[in-house]
Amino acid sequence: MTVVYALYGVAALLALAPIAIIASASPRASNVIYGASLIATLALGVMGAISLSAPALSTVVLPLGLPWLGAHFRIDALTSFFMIVVNLGGAAASLFGLGYGRHEETPERILPFYPAYLAGMNLVVLSDDAFSFLVAWEFMSLTSWALVISHHEDRENVRAGYIYLLMASFGTLALLLAFGLLAGSDGNYVFDAIRASHPNSRLAALVLILALVGAGSKAGVVPLHAWLPLAHPAAPSHVSALMSGVMTKVAVYGFIRIVFDLIGEPDWWWSIVVLTVGGITAVMGVLYALMQSDLKRVLAYSTIENIGIIFAALGLALAFKAEGLALASALALTAGLFHVFNHSLFKSLLFFGTGAVLNATGERDMERLGGLIHRMPQTAFVFLVGSVAISALPPLNGFVSEWLTFQAILLSPQLPSWGLKLLVPTVGALLALSAALAAACFVRAFGITFLGRARAKAASLAQETDSSSLAAMYALAALCLIAGIVPGFFIDALKPVMQALLGVSMPHQAGVQWLSIVPIAESRSSYNGLLVFIFVVLSGSLAAFAIHRLASDKLRRGPAWDCGYPDPRTSTQYTASSFAQPIRRVFGSTVFRAREIGEMPPPGSTAPARLTVKIHDPIWELLYAPISDLVAYTAERLNVLQFLTIRRYLSLVFAALVILLLVLAISP
Amino acid sequence: MIHDLVLQGTEMLLVLLLSPLLTGFVRKVKARLLRRQGPPLLQPYRDLARLLRKEVVLAHNASWLFRVIPYIVFAGTWVAASLIPTFRSGLMFSWSADLIAIIALLGSARFFIALAGLDVGTSFGGIGSSREVMIASLAEPAMLMIVFTLALIAGSTQLSTMAAFMGSPEVGLRVSLGLGLIALIMVAISENARIPVDNPATHLELTMVHEAMVLEYSGRHLALIELSAFLKLLLYVSLIGCLFAPWGTASPDAAPRELLIGAAAYIGKLTVGGLLLAVFETSIAKMRVFRVPEFLGAALMLALLATLLRFVSRSF
Repeated sequence: MTVVYALYGVAALLALAPIAIIASASPRASNVIYGASLIATLALGVMGAISLSAPALSTVVLPLGLPWLGAHFRIDALTSFFMIVVNLGGAAASLFGLGYGRHEETPERILPFYPAYLAGMNLVVLSDDAFSFLVAWEFMSLTSWALVISHHEDRENVRAGYIYLLMASFGTLALLLAFGLLAGSDGNYVFDAIRASHPNSRLAALVLILALVGAGSKAGVVPLHAWLPLAHPAAPSHVSALMSGVMTKVAVYGFIRIVFDLIGEPDWWWSIVVLTVGGITAVMGVLYALMQSDLKRVLAYSTIENIGIIFAALGLALAFKAEGLALASALALTAGLFHVFNHSLFKSLLFFGTGAVLNATGERDMERLGGLIHRMPQTAFVFLVGSVAISALPPLNGFVSEWLTFQAILLSPQLPSWGLKLLVPTVGALLALSAALAAACFVRAFGITFLGRARAKAASLAQETDSSSLAAMYALAALCLIAGIVPGFFIDALKPVMQALLGVSMPHQAGVQWLSIVPIAESRSSYNGLLVFIFVVLSGSLAAFAIHRLASDKLRRGPAWDCGYPDPRTSTQYTASSFAQPIRRVFGSTVFRAREIGEMPPPGSTAPARLTVKIHDPIWELLYAPISDLVAYTAERLNVLQFLTIRRYLSLVFAALVILLLVLAISP
Repeated sequence: MIHDLVLQGTEMLLVLLLSPLLTGFVRKVKARLLRRQGPPLLQPYRDLARLLRKEVVLAHNASWLFRVIPYIVFAGTWVAASLIPTFRSGLMFSWSADLIAIIALLGSARFFIALAGLDVGTSFGGIGSSREVMIASLAEPAMLMIVFTLALIAGSTQLSTMAAFMGSPEVGLRVSLGLGLIALIMVAISENARIPVDNPATHLELTMVHEAMVLEYSGRHLALIELSAFLKLLLYVSLIGCLFAPWGTASPDAAPRELLIGAAAYIGKLTVGGLLLAVFETSIAKMRVFRVPEFLGAALMLALLATLLRFVSRSF
């Protein structure tokens, strides 16, 4: 029955779209639409939570779509978990939108698509046959595309939308082929039938690659990520949060659904593909992020990094599953799914923070911000919480999922195959590197934006954002803390998913002494975020109390010291690009062929010295540019076909017919 | 329970009280090696007391975060340091954070101190922060790889279990342990801002990393930052001691006599560690900043090699 209620919720969201079209002229439309979306997503999220706590299959077939197929919908444990992720993010974005949407100049371009987009994402996770899945997937892509180009006056946004549309169609094509192969020649598109039929291993491998390409391009795995850092920042900030925090997770859902559920037993070498892709994506994503100065683009690239971490965890889970190490597989999959949840929290939070900054200053270029902690103290605080969480630092939630992933890696010497024995520690090192670089990236993002002195006038005049935006950000920040200090409850909540996908689940965590988490055995490893948090708070306050009572609490304000030569000009501060210079030099000189060219004026000249930095995007230049050149070249060559005589067209048709008949005759 | 709590409390106070002494000792030995008289052993305590009594001079532009960060850094480092077994293994709260979490706690402290460098908006703070995160971006993965190696040998990431295992006769000499030790020493040197990576005594602009970040701090805030640096040095020496020189460490349920032996052994390890550090620092010159990535890259590769060896065979 649950699934029917869920579909009512989705229908409510869909119904909001035409209402928004009609009412968008009214000044209160934005409040109504975001308020109603908030209620609907909250209801859907609660449904997800209820059905995850009491897992029972709930299915329904509606007479929609293909006449002989109908539209199948189902709620199982995996769907319930992703319903929570989607709708928690959706509810937070709607709450944020209540305040943020008021500043929107063209609400009629956003309001109709926003609830439809939410409905699309819900439909993807609910659908239970390939046809509905693909339709929902495309619906989700198209509505988000409309949101990406909502500010179409900016040519960059239109270009982002165009590339997004191309990549989304490419991804859907891959998924279409994957489902086609899974359905086989009988064309049985219902997931239950696909589960029952076991494709042979070569076919299954092909499906895996197609799923990785299809879902991966939506999630943003390297090298299919090119659209993501263009499209995610182009949308309004709360939609950016949904795209980065939630839609990439829907893509992860698609991958898990196909690879862990539909395809059957994995081969051991599949995990090599997924692990390699994950490790490279993680490091490349964060290195790209460190090279950007547009705050939203930094966040978009950091999403790619986190998707890499998630895929690495999924790859580990696949490896363990293929070798029959079900418990270890459950640990790795739990780590991956917990990171899915965590990333949806802190990435939404950070995008909201950026949105608040964008509203207050009209800037998202870090080089023109600075000192916002004085003007927007609350936004700065929540942004700081998100930055600490995404940098995988205790006691917040990002660390816990990273820690679980490392624990899973430490189990992998049990894997028998040599390829994995060499690959897994390397991926571990890549993940460790990406975690350290992520910390660097967010010291930079927070430090340059919120600390220091304002670099432009807009930043020095900023005002704190409105209360409903703040409420959304505080709620997410609180969840980051809660998931970090009592992760046991969240891990336990994932047990039905493991039970459904792998047949086993991790040991029960909630009963462990002092709310610790013990993934395998206490002598092996345990972590207690609550105690660490309490210890740090206690010893910090103890120190503060003791020093203020026993020593000195006097304080005087004075000019900055700066080794005796403070310079009042704000341009003497470190900027985003100068902050990244050491890392650009260490990593970027090989990965991005980064070169710094310094031009010194001759002695006596008063011209300024200049430093030019050149960065190449290796993936764009080596992969996308040749393809786009090839397409342009072929298009030009084929252009002659437009201007033929009717006689020639007829002979072309005839030749095509002959060739096709020949192929049919020769092929067995 | 009470007994354990008392011992844990003693341990926490012990690391706090001993850490300035270790730094003072290293300074003294370095001075003697350079044929200088050197400051007295207790000078770091006097410095701390002096700083604590002084008023804080805060830059006009400093935010609330700038004032909170010294306490966060101190608390994070102190908690991490008190989770390392010193004179006895089997600490009461050892299970609350394993070695990965301890490293990550230090990472949190570093995250905040790097933010402090950016807060006032001076060029020195920025240069310190940006170099610090560059160094950390290589030192942290190297450290994690070392943890992986040790965890695979001991079958646990729990520091107490690891220390107990390393003390047992079944460990023996292993290639991966050797590689791990070298990498750990290299990481420890860079994490503690020692020569050749950074110079803790410098105030020459172009060579500063750690000092540049904390340049704007004064009074009690500076005292806390300094104390955290002392604690971090003690932490790494204790860590190397309890993992690679586990002799004499008292067992969890030791009699008072064994505890005394453990304490004596611990003091001995600190002395040896301090001596070696001083000798090493005196015999080597500071590197250019952009040589540091090569140094740490070597540590990372050594540690990765050690982990790979453990994955390939249990006997390495």
